[in-house]
Amino acid sequence: MSTPFYVSPQQAMADRAEYARKGIARGRSVVVLQYTDGVVFVAENPSRALHKVSEIYDRIAFAAVGKYNEFENLRIGGVRYADLRGYTYDREDVTARGLANVYAQTLGTIFSSAAEKPYEVELIVAEVGSAPEDDQIYRLPHDGSIVDEHGSVAVGGNADQISSYLDQRHRDGMTLAEALKLAVESLSRDNNGGERTLTAEQLEVATLDRTRPQQRKFKRILGRQLSRLLEETGAEEPAAGAEADAGTSGTPAEDAGGKGAGGAKGSGGKGAKGKDDTEGEPPL
Amino acid sequence: MDFLGAHAPDLLPGNRPLPPLQGAIEAPHGTTIVAAAFPGGVVLAGDRRATMGNVIAQRDIEKVFPADEYSAVGIAGTAGLAIEMVKLFQLELEHFEKVEGAQLSLEGKANRLSTMIRSNLGMAMQGLAVVPLFAGFDLDREKGRIFSYDVTGGRSEEHGFAATGSGSVFARSALKKLFREDFTEHQAATAVVQALYDAADDDSATGGPDMARRIYPIVTVITDEGFKKLTDAEVSEIARAVHEHRLEQPDGPRAALL
Repeated sequence: MSTPFYVSPQQAMADRAEYARKGIARGRSVVVLQYTDGVVFVAENPSRALHKVSEIYDRIAFAAVGKYNEFENLRIGGVRYADLRGYTYDREDVTARGLANVYAQTLGTIFSSAAEKPYEVELIVAEVGSAPEDDQIYRLPHDGSIVDEHGSVAVGGNADQISSYLDQRHRDGMTLAEALKLAVESLSRDNNGGERTLTAEQLEVATLDRTRPQQRKFKRILGRQLSRLLEETGAEEPAAGAEADAGTSGTPAEDAGGKGAGGAKGSGGKGAKGKDDTEGEPPL
Repeated sequence: MDFLGAHAPDLLPGNRPLPPLQGAIEAPHGTTIVAAAFPGGVVLAGDRRATMGNVIAQRDIEKVFPADEYSAVGIAGTAGLAIEMVKLFQLELEHFEKVEGAQLSLEGKANRLSTMIRSNLGMAMQGLAVVPLFAGFDLDREKGRIFSYDVTGGRSEEHGFAATGSGSVFARSALKKLFREDFTEHQAATAVVQALYDAADDDSATGGPDMARRIYPIVTVITDEGFKKLTDAEVSEIARAVHEHRLEQPDGPRAALL
């Protein structure tokens, strides 16, 4: 008869948190910023079909990083929760706070249940209000805690660095183009200080726009509109313009990143370092 | 909707216990809905009257709703049930779109509505029928399409124009004589208002344009740009023009004999 090893609860929880954090750190980041007309979500996502940012309800959207099947499961659960609530009561009665609570319960239960592996996901739930003060952004880490955020948030692989970069530069009342520019700048910084170039094809951008006349405020910014917004910001600064040029030539991502960084910052070659982090299945 | 059925079946319209049989239940009934297609879209319109027996229950009821961005549904029959059915239908289309990341096809939407009407058959047999008219813009075929239903959920596609509800016989006949294949959006809107006027002329349960209270029919247009409800000002302009001509010719425009 074998004697089971004793593992202290602290150690068990620390191991699970470590496991989840490692899984999340492998993926590319998502940033969420408030701007004057609402909330903008920017994700680095080469896939057109697998979304990291999605609509939940009229004024509520969802962004996630980590394992796709796990956060997709949570997204569908959230859409069901919101639709059922809105049908039973009223569309007004669906709130980001309620949804974030449900997510926190789910994630917390899974994290502390010994029978299941912890979810390797980190979520953002945001709701746009009638004025910037009424906007709500909640960040939900893998262990089921809730963090009420203001201004800007980042989750995913390089979140700490991106967050501090955003905190220093984000201000209230930015336009969509300004916020988008800041988001793309923050996402294109590597964890070792280098810079990559992100083109419109590698970005997934969506907004919750309070000025939209429809009831459903969520809108994806795609194709021409996205390129135009990126160019609008690029025109103000010559360096950013050069990045856009590199993008249009259709060079593969890592290559363009290396070259762009080499030209602009003199730290060429390090852009490829990002590859080492991506092991196992393609992260999102 | 499977999830709702499994978790809260009492919220689904078809799952309610039937009331005991003791004659027809008195509940407000919506009346006439008409639709007409034109190149590039479709117009769906409804009068504003709800009746309960011989009483006018409501004179400003709205019976035409957007189902999603590219379709609309107009309802005739028991108002309470019908409005809830539309609410559930809207929810289903939106839910599908969000979960799947793509819109249902127009045929898919029409079929789904058919199932929902069939689930109400028990109530319909007791006099609480719901008979909608569904119209939408088919993004694949790039044209407006109209679907009509019967109480058992039978679905049939109508070509050109259609009507449902108590005044539908008169409305359809009127529209038959007025309809042209090459209508503009404004002409199609005028034709459906004419048809509703004729329905109100001969059917006591259908309300005509109420000039004194400024209650005009609801007219909606669906094109490749999506659903749009004509504003009160736009409809009142059409309704007033129709009314002006009827002062000269009470029976409306005359069609050619041959």
